[in-house]
Amino acid sequence: MPQTASPLLTVEDLRVAYPDREGRLTEVVRGVSFTLGRERLGIVGESGSGKSQTGRAIMGLTAPGGQVTAKRLDFKGTDLLNCAAAERRRLRGGRIAMVLQDPKFSLNPVMRIGAQIAETLRAHQPVSARQAREQTLQALAAVQIDDPERVAALYPHEVSGGMGQRAMIAMMLIAGPELLIADEPTSALDVTVQLEVLAILDKLVAERGMGLIFISHDLRLVSSFCDRVLVMYAGRVVEQIAAPDLAQARHPYTQGLLNCLPQLGAARHPLPTLDRQPEWAK
Amino acid sequence: MTPPSSLSLAAPQGGAGGGPAQPDPRLGLIGLRAEGLRVEYDGFVAVDNVSFELAPGESFGIVGESGSGKSTVLRALCGLAPLASGNVRLTGGDALPAPGSKAFRRQVQMVFQDPYGSLHPRQTVDRLLAEPLAIHGVGDAEARIERALDEVGLGTGFRFRFPHQLSGGQRQRIAIARALILEPQVLLLDEPTSALDASVQAEVLNLLEALRQARGLSFVMVSHDLAVVTHLCQRLMVMQRGRTVETLPAADLAASRVQADYTRSLMQASAGFRRTPGALPAHGI
Repeated sequence: MPQTASPLLTVEDLRVAYPDREGRLTEVVRGVSFTLGRERLGIVGESGSGKSQTGRAIMGLTAPGGQVTAKRLDFKGTDLLNCAAAERRRLRGGRIAMVLQDPKFSLNPVMRIGAQIAETLRAHQPVSARQAREQTLQALAAVQIDDPERVAALYPHEVSGGMGQRAMIAMMLIAGPELLIADEPTSALDVTVQLEVLAILDKLVAERGMGLIFISHDLRLVSSFCDRVLVMYAGRVVEQIAAPDLAQARHPYTQGLLNCLPQLGAARHPLPTLDRQPEWAK
Repeated sequence: MTPPSSLSLAAPQGGAGGGPAQPDPRLGLIGLRAEGLRVEYDGFVAVDNVSFELAPGESFGIVGESGSGKSTVLRALCGLAPLASGNVRLTGGDALPAPGSKAFRRQVQMVFQDPYGSLHPRQTVDRLLAEPLAIHGVGDAEARIERALDEVGLGTGFRFRFPHQLSGGQRQRIAIARALILEPQVLLLDEPTSALDASVQAEVLNLLEALRQARGLSFVMVSHDLAVVTHLCQRLMVMQRGRTVETLPAADLAASRVQADYTRSLMQASAGFRRTPGALPAHGI
């Protein structure tokens, strides 16, 4: 994959730890390092692998109590770990945006969709209410919503999952971010809707030249969508691989994950299962 | 969908009296026939004229997207959704119990989608498994619970744990054990692996397959995942908006011999994302 000269994001030895009841720290992300250019990077892993915690740490959304450390966490020259809270707020939603998994839970249920999108824009740019409304409608049109006026006036419970997720993408993209983190953006959607939403996301990322971190448990989906894939296991990156070469993955965990999925047209009874080795987690 | 309590299938609704339930499951394989099923909720037709036959010992899949009515069909089979018209019958033997009776519920058990919602959070595994036995008046609970845990690969060490002390895959094994402890012949599976990680899904699918072979069970399995259904089922039905789109052998689906456009679009969607040729590569800017 061609890399741009100066990376958008540099992560070096990122660690996230949470205290237990006695105050002992448990590391859930253990030394993750990668750089991101203007490309689509996939992070894949099963539940508990630390993939979402990695995304949240970059976004600055680690839950209270969690401790984030890194040798370097740099977004275009800004040190994300040591910058002022106000600066971090300006970045969050402005230049770094995040799409979450389920529109049912991540949109504000008591605010109309249009108002939520306009709020994001006005938090980051000095625009008039009228301009905000115009841009909101444009953003909804950009995610292929046919009747933006109507949808802007609806509440989240009045729209389908696919429509809600498109509204969330519109909200995340309206302030023109340079880096988009998508945490399981299509897992709550039906397969056919999933592909529509991905196509929209793909088009917008390409047109605007954004960097994208796509977090998912679905190895096959990620490899068909991204340029490069990081495979995480027990808080570490066990393998980094260009998406087209996934079939040649070397790490037994990656191979096992690919292998244990039932495939159309290839009957295997019983399915191979994953034989977890303790040394993978070391 | 409301999370069912551990009682929802086994709860007695009057009718058949106590005593050990018949018939002896060893007598033979049992299948099921559904004719013209129709389910309405306040005038909304969730399932419209759906018919299919599950041969004794067969594994039958129902595939569709959310809102297609696939789970409602399953719920209608076991009496959890009200039938506006149509009927369900067991096949493959004489004097088989009628739907709604206690004996029917003993023969037809269900495993729900979400193992986080379908187990009572304040009951131990032991109590969860003892409940159906108590309701159906089955004796020898001690030995049966131990055997059920062994069969799903958990062992008696899990007997006195609470659901929150188990992983998702272990919970789904408990849900399967609870369904099988009454020795039913027909198992209704509602997305049994969609809440699980891929590697755990493979383990649960293998378990279901092994149990089916060992006990001669018949399965009706609902899923949105074509690959999972073709793996476990011999025949499958594709549903859309409450209606049957087509019914076909799993081998035909695996070989892409499908009739309906909708089935084809589902197959394409499950193959993953395909970039349209005109689209810009992300790094080309």
